[in-house]
Amino acid sequence: MKEKLQQIKQAALAELQAPDCDTEALRVKYLGKKGELTAVLRGMGALTPEERPVVGQMANDVRAEIEAALAERVAAAKEQALIDRLAREKLDVTMPAKCDRVGHQHPLTRAQREMEEIFIGMGFEIAEGPEVEYDYYNFQALNIPENHPARDTQDTFYITDNILLRSQTSPVQVRVMEKQSPPIRVISPGRVYRSDALDATHSPLFHQMEGLVVDKGITMSDLKGTLETFARKMFGEKTEIRFRPHHFPFTEPSAEVDVSCFVCGGKGCRVCKGEGWIEILGAGMVHPFVLSNCGIDPEVYSGFAFGMGLERVTMTRYGIDDIRLFYENDERFLKQF
Amino acid sequence: MGAEIENVVVARIEKIEPHPDSDHLLICQMNVGKDEPVQIVTGAQNVFEGAIVPAALPVAKLPGGVVIKDGKLRGVPSHGMLCSMGELNLTVHECPGKEENGILILDECFGDKIGADIREVLMLDDTAVEFEITSNRPDCLSVIGLARETAVSFGRPLSVPTPAVKPLGDGDKVENYLSVAIEAPDLCYRYAAKVVKNVRIAPSPMWLRMRLAAAGVRPINNIVDITNYVMLEYGQPMHAFDYTHLDGSAIRVRRAADGEQFKSLDDIDHTLDSTMLVIADEKKACALAGVMGGANSEILDTTKTVVFESACFNGGSVRVTAKKNGMRTESSARFEKGLDPENCMAGLLRACELVQLLDAGDVVDGVIDVYPTKTAVTVLPFEPARYNKFLGTDISEARMIEILEALDCKVANGKITVPTFRADLACMNDIAEEIMRVYGYDKIVSTKIVAETTEGGRTPKQAFGIRVENALYGMGLDEIQTFSFISPKYYDKIRLAENSPLRRSVVISNPLGEDTSVMRTTALPSMLEVLARNANFNNENVRLFEMGSVYLPDADAAKLPYEGKMLTLGMYGDADFYTVKGVIENLLALAAIKGAAVTAVSDNPSYHPGRCARVTAGDVTLAVFGQVHPLVADNYGISMPLYAAEIDFDALFAAQNPDKHYTPLPKFPAITRDFSFICDEALEVGRIMAVMEMAGGKQCEGVKLFDIYRGAQVGENKKSVSLRMTLRADDHTMTVEDAEKITKKVLFLLEKELGLVLRG
Repeated sequence: MKEKLQQIKQAALAELQAPDCDTEALRVKYLGKKGELTAVLRGMGALTPEERPVVGQMANDVRAEIEAALAERVAAAKEQALIDRLAREKLDVTMPAKCDRVGHQHPLTRAQREMEEIFIGMGFEIAEGPEVEYDYYNFQALNIPENHPARDTQDTFYITDNILLRSQTSPVQVRVMEKQSPPIRVISPGRVYRSDALDATHSPLFHQMEGLVVDKGITMSDLKGTLETFARKMFGEKTEIRFRPHHFPFTEPSAEVDVSCFVCGGKGCRVCKGEGWIEILGAGMVHPFVLSNCGIDPEVYSGFAFGMGLERVTMTRYGIDDIRLFYENDERFLKQF
Repeated sequence: MGAEIENVVVARIEKIEPHPDSDHLLICQMNVGKDEPVQIVTGAQNVFEGAIVPAALPVAKLPGGVVIKDGKLRGVPSHGMLCSMGELNLTVHECPGKEENGILILDECFGDKIGADIREVLMLDDTAVEFEITSNRPDCLSVIGLARETAVSFGRPLSVPTPAVKPLGDGDKVENYLSVAIEAPDLCYRYAAKVVKNVRIAPSPMWLRMRLAAAGVRPINNIVDITNYVMLEYGQPMHAFDYTHLDGSAIRVRRAADGEQFKSLDDIDHTLDSTMLVIADEKKACALAGVMGGANSEILDTTKTVVFESACFNGGSVRVTAKKNGMRTESSARFEKGLDPENCMAGLLRACELVQLLDAGDVVDGVIDVYPTKTAVTVLPFEPARYNKFLGTDISEARMIEILEALDCKVANGKITVPTFRADLACMNDIAEEIMRVYGYDKIVSTKIVAETTEGGRTPKQAFGIRVENALYGMGLDEIQTFSFISPKYYDKIRLAENSPLRRSVVISNPLGEDTSVMRTTALPSMLEVLARNANFNNENVRLFEMGSVYLPDADAAKLPYEGKMLTLGMYGDADFYTVKGVIENLLALAAIKGAAVTAVSDNPSYHPGRCARVTAGDVTLAVFGQVHPLVADNYGISMPLYAAEIDFDALFAAQNPDKHYTPLPKFPAITRDFSFICDEALEVGRIMAVMEMAGGKQCEGVKLFDIYRGAQVGENKKSVSLRMTLRADDHTMTVEDAEKITKKVLFLLEKELGLVLRG
């Protein structure tokens, strides 16, 4: 019997080695109710009581061995099947993607949002005002009375004698100060209009972003600090800013503000036209006339204001050399942003 | 100025011989200040032996990149070129009385300059510096003003010479010639005048002509040049007129009569009105005050007696007068910024000093000076601590005083006396600026604002706008920006009805052109323009949006228009009607607007009558969209289908439901039931779905179209519609019997309302 058991084991293990063996059939053949091992065990009765446990033990060992071999063979077959399937499923990863299209933000919006986020981070709100505006808000309240020479520098589109297309975003300052008492911290981005023929560097419609801060004890150094923070976030940590004296009727003192060229760092290059600096904004301390005109006491409060051209910042930032590209909306241009 | 000129010297023609092989060339032996004469061949015919001329000696450079080298002209060596005024970039204005087309023959007085550099001799070695002068600083529109600023900037002393006029002492006096009356003291603050007799009109000397030319002023004759020179030097516009053309001796500074005629000295006729100020004699206007003189009293070569006027006029009035008459002059540009009456006399005396210097006439003794109200002197408190606090600086009081005094302010007893030429200094901020700009804007430190905190951030509407834009990028639409002004013809291009209220636009009274002459009431034409442009560039499958304003005029023209925000979509290529609808539905979902209805629109002239729809929420129209009418597309030169949507962003925001509430997820499974009908083509699927949803009641979770079929089997003008209804109860597992009950009700209502029966 012992020999029989050994034969069964050898036969089973040998059959399991075959590369295309049917594991289920082998299980039935050797371990099933009518299988060979069961048949051997049925013949146990003919053994002596001494032999019975020895052969029993041996039969159990053989069963365990066959079962283990079977399990191993099944697992191996499964693994092979998976490997085969994965191999069959191999894709050409260089074929074109099937992704949905994604839209592109207009470069002006992109720059505007970026600027807005910087100022929101400093506690600014976003104020809006009409583009078709009263002469009063665009000029008179800003210390530019009728027949003031400063009106020449902004060739204005008029609707009636009294109503015009705002030539700057500064009228929003006045509207904010009329409605709100200090502390005031607003920016006001939007469209402005000037009677300049369209060419590579001029457009009769462009965007400005105005800023206004009014509170007790606001200083000119606060203005510089605020603009420096803005410039560093917008153009890079190493950016320096430079104030140059200038004149705007609604600020006093006034300044033109340059940022160090973010391309060459100030050494002079094509982007900054060799200057090392790029002029991006006008700024100053709110003129006391403007404050008192809006019902804010200039003896108690002070403030600063600044304004910059969005197109100019955007063109500088992305190296765009023709302002008309913004309004032509060629998709090949839009898709670059 | 003469930077482009090199190796051009003063030379004398010693000998002229004819060219052996040419009847128009001449061979000149030139004395160029060296031992040996130089031979130069010229084609000019105005040369003569002994003439002093500019000679370019190789290798010489002339304006415009011209290089002169040794050469041969018809076999005869020529070692240079004789120059005309044009070749030196000069005109008859700098070289009066000289031949324009031949060689420039220099005056005999240059005979001792042979061999000298022409730039030095003709004063071309000057440097012109351009300044940008802001409109608040008319005092800097002068050499003296800039000298003062320069002195302050470099910490150097400034010395301004006082003009001195030598008395003639012949007993004649100005009162023998003139009297002046200011009849409009609100428009003329001061009028000063002097008379010059025995005038000798001649060209000005070269130094004066060259200085004027360097400043961009055309030299004319000594008297006119003096007025311009004084204006540039002192910033005081001067006027000189011919005394003999005055009717009578009384000058009246008066308002023009309405309709009064005036010919300016550039021979243009003007019709004046009573807002304008004129300088008149007893009969006629002789000058438009501060703007331009009259043709009737112009300085001519025959002029013998001259009146020099040095006056101060109201800036606003000069500006309006110049503007109305369309002639902005150097004089009016200065006056309109507000000049200092105290400067009149210095200018007048300087002019007379120059007359004596140039020997241009005899200055009659005495001066007329009508100055009714002396200019008030501005006195401001000196507040050093306040300036420092305001500027965020720590400038010493002594330094502040030093700066202010260098600017001609007097600081004493806690007060600042402002010079009359600085009318721009009127308050604390002005003084702070003066101190800061001289101290150095570069020394302003950067500080962070120390103040009450503010809310900051975006308004709900601004934030919603950004969510919408982000969703649109996510749906694959590129953002565009277009002009807010359009041509009124654009309304025709989108076939707006003749009586459409949208044709009433805010009209720009001074547009750049017809193309940009009205503020748009719709953004559709701009979108179509951009779609067409992209199509012309062969850009494929374009999907765009613009978030832009439209401007709807108020019934009252004195009021501002309503500026509405419109979201405009535009597509072509791999998009169709339902692509646009999908974008809109996504936006409705984003805004959590429930129960928005989509209804067909057949009468919008901009859209295809069978492919246009309106989206409404209650009574409010949120959007109109569809395929652009083929005739409209044709107007833009496009034959393929274009799709567009006009979404009222303000209405969308107003209709949104910003509040979010959690609804528990379903605990019990759902059952679906499919329905198929054959119906008329005209029956809208939306109506079938609406009836089913109503019949399904609250246990109907939704109805979806899963197939639509048209073909021979269903018949002409018919379609087969298959819909799947999802049913779910929130308190138990729905049974087949429950579903059966609802199905029956659905079928009953579909038959009753729409005459539909299940497809067999």
